[in-house]
Amino acid sequence: MAQKVLDGLLKHHGSAVERTGSQHGDEIAWIKRDQLLEVARWLKTDPSMLFDAPVFVTAIDWLDYRPLNRPPSEAWAEGKPRFTVCYQLRSQTHRHRIRLEIELPETDPRLPSLSSLWPAFDWQERETFDMYGIKFDAHPDLRRIYMYEEFVGYPLRKDYPKEKRQPLVRRDDLPLNPIKAPGHGDR
Amino acid sequence: MGVEITTTRIEDAAKWAKQSLVEKASNWGRKFSLFSYPFVTACCGMEFMSVAGPKYDLARFGAEFPRFSPRQSDLLMVVGTITEKQGPALKRVFDQMAEPKWVMAFGVCASTGGFYQNYSAMPGCDQVIPVDVYVPGCPPRPEQVLDAIIILMDRIQSGRGHSQLRTKREDIIAAQQAGEIVE
Repeated sequence: MAQKVLDGLLKHHGSAVERTGSQHGDEIAWIKRDQLLEVARWLKTDPSMLFDAPVFVTAIDWLDYRPLNRPPSEAWAEGKPRFTVCYQLRSQTHRHRIRLEIELPETDPRLPSLSSLWPAFDWQERETFDMYGIKFDAHPDLRRIYMYEEFVGYPLRKDYPKEKRQPLVRRDDLPLNPIKAPGHGDR
Repeated sequence: MGVEITTTRIEDAAKWAKQSLVEKASNWGRKFSLFSYPFVTACCGMEFMSVAGPKYDLARFGAEFPRFSPRQSDLLMVVGTITEKQGPALKRVFDQMAEPKWVMAFGVCASTGGFYQNYSAMPGCDQVIPVDVYVPGCPPRPEQVLDAIIILMDRIQSGRGHSQLRTKREDIIAAQQAGEIVE
């Protein structure tokens, strides 16, 4: 449906696109993170693109993930970057959509913020930072948005223990220690 | 604990108040005039509205008005999921209520956390405040809530609420420290 978007993207910014794909009617372009900002600016301003409506931004943690039909020998998890950040964009004018995916390594999960182009991404990038620990460079106010300031770690990462609690307050006759259920989520 | 000869009238009245007849009378008054503070955080609030509305009519049991000020209420109804982030607020509301006070955990989330066993949800509001009566259900039926109110009324009448027991315990400790050994 939006194949012409991918074609235009490859034509004008072919060096920034790692690969493209299509799933369930949505076109996806994997973008290198150092060229993300200029690609996004071009997508917003170019008359044939005009992506004026930001839909969502989120992240995926691929820790220990292996596709069902492939043997582990294909080494998906070996050289695979741990995080993927997704930006879904939509154009009200041309009625087409595209998803930008940026792959990030575990050691350095940072990428340029797009909230300067689409202000609606501001809080969603904060949520992504809050839940996954992705750092957005040049974000105006990168703080936790849902969890409290005292919270340690990033709860939606796959290696966050499932039963781990970080209580702010407890009754005087109860211990403040986090509840630990042995064998549940302890990596 | 007999009444001594050399006591003032106020001291007499204070000791008399600890005795059963006045206590029974005041507890009888308390149990039929519960003023609830609905600490509504989630979907169980709909069920609370149903209980408080005319069909099931909580007012039949004296819990007439939801008062939206902790100062004016003596029954804290924790209705819905409590997150760890809300814990300090809940504790503060509870601390602001005047004695004697009672707490009802309304619904399974307020009782145990329910199916929210994760990083953000508190495993039951009794982690922060003492709870007198638990109402399971997701959400509980209005009949369950009325049943819980009746159980709570029994408990108030017999002086077994958390805050009532605490007051009694503190009185005994104070009396022991003052030298009036209570056996």
